[in-house]
Amino acid sequence: MTARPFAPRLRVFPTEGRPDAQDRIEEVGKTRNLGARGEPPVLETMRDRFAAVTTELIDADDSVAVVLADISVDAFESVGRRHPDRVVNVGIREQLLVSVGGGLALTGMRPILHTYAPFLVERAFEQVKLDLGHQDVGAVLVSIGASYDRAQSGRTHQAPGDVALIGTLPNWTVHVPGHPDEADLLLRDAVAGSGRVYVRLSDRANAAAHLGRAGRAVTLRKGRRGTVVAVGPMLDPVLAATEDLDVAVVYAATVRPLDAHTVRAAVGAEPSVVLVEPYLTGTSSHAVTDALRDVPHRLLALGVRDAELHRYGTAADHDRAHGLDPAGLRRDIVRFLELAP
Amino acid sequence: MSGDEKHEPSAHSTLDVLWVLYDQILNVSPDRVDDPARDRFVLSKGHGPMAYFAVLAAKGFIPVEVLDTFTDADSPLGTHPDRLLIPGVEVSSGSLGHGLPISVGIALGLRAQGLTTSRVVCLAGDAELDEGSNFEAMAAARAFGLGNLTVVVIDNDSDTLGWAGGISARFAVEGWATANVYGRDHARLSAALSVHHDGQPSVVVAHVEPPAEAVA
Repeated sequence: MTARPFAPRLRVFPTEGRPDAQDRIEEVGKTRNLGARGEPPVLETMRDRFAAVTTELIDADDSVAVVLADISVDAFESVGRRHPDRVVNVGIREQLLVSVGGGLALTGMRPILHTYAPFLVERAFEQVKLDLGHQDVGAVLVSIGASYDRAQSGRTHQAPGDVALIGTLPNWTVHVPGHPDEADLLLRDAVAGSGRVYVRLSDRANAAAHLGRAGRAVTLRKGRRGTVVAVGPMLDPVLAATEDLDVAVVYAATVRPLDAHTVRAAVGAEPSVVLVEPYLTGTSSHAVTDALRDVPHRLLALGVRDAELHRYGTAADHDRAHGLDPAGLRRDIVRFLELAP
Repeated sequence: MSGDEKHEPSAHSTLDVLWVLYDQILNVSPDRVDDPARDRFVLSKGHGPMAYFAVLAAKGFIPVEVLDTFTDADSPLGTHPDRLLIPGVEVSSGSLGHGLPISVGIALGLRAQGLTTSRVVCLAGDAELDEGSNFEAMAAARAFGLGNLTVVVIDNDSDTLGWAGGISARFAVEGWATANVYGRDHARLSAALSVHHDGQPSVVVAHVEPPAEAVA
């Protein structure tokens, strides 16, 4: 028996409209086994911290409940034994996950709903829209997986569009923490409130946390040639990319609402702004332009591009393919700000 | 005030069940719409809510005069109910297949808070069961032992593809207690809705079309 020649249907990577895409994909092919970008090992993930904090909150407050859909179930086993009525696993039923959250909230409870981002936000989107928003009840949605934490799992477990989708709904707060300590702070703040909050956790983390008041952006570096607004886990790649450039760096772990005051204050005499988000390109562009409504300005939005890669590999591989690694970011930032490379 | 012709049958098919619920079954009243221990009624089949509004008016939740404002820009009443506009409406509905899953959450919430005397009654339609989200809720309600949850399915034979074996068989296979009654017979509806099933959710299929002879 002769083996059939291996002939994937996808032969040519789509390069339309972006001439350097093919180069980037070749780069992915070359570097795919090099491992994650040069970040220090993070011993505790945001997901670990989420489980620890949520356990603490359930123990402390009778109104807090967590609803799961077969993801992270082990992490809640012991608190579930103590509070079986407030740790609910609905199985692989994401529509029900969100609807149950709506029902719990209607009885006055504070539900935390958790699973992978694509299943929480995309699969159950109408439940998010109607069973929470339209009922005008609150909930804290906590996702994992981000845009492509699990690059090796393929498109089904990736959700670069989640924040954009939530952004179509009124009255949501969206946190994109860049460190487990930030996730800790933002999660506690979210659960203590009564509103609708999306907390987007990721395996990607910055080396240091930047803790301020929940919702506040912080200016980490001043500069004269432009301003880079880095969101969540994009901070370290942005800092690496701009290390020797005369640009301001603003860090935001909350994008809905975006801290317009801090962004506006950081943009000085050279009103050229680069927004770097770890999800779909341009998701928060309108929030930045709104913050700068009184200043004629230029804006470059960088993020996950709208092409589906059809590639596995690591998250670092995908960063490079989307130009979100330090080298790619630097290339685009230097070009846009017309700086000497 | 049927809203539109397509939904005219929906408006009438639910009237008897709604009246029995509000007159004899539900522990609710206009002066206790925020009482944590009240019963919860969830109109999942949100279209054709005219019978619902009429019953709410008859029971004092909304002034009768408001019925005449139906679908006006400043009216609390439209062709799908909005809980933010009508006191006593527990859930805003319209898109099908949301009421039962939300009801599972309400039933869990009541139980978690020790509100053991409150029950949740969800009204759905036979065609509404096309929505797969109902089946996620059905399986979970049984597994969670939600004896405080009752679903009334108004069966007016409007489902496009039909339910082989009947609607109650779908619930029975998921471990629900089931009853089939004629949906215009107030005494039988009341009797079926009054049965308490310990640790087991229940469904009452109210057949309104074809009438009487199909069921007890």
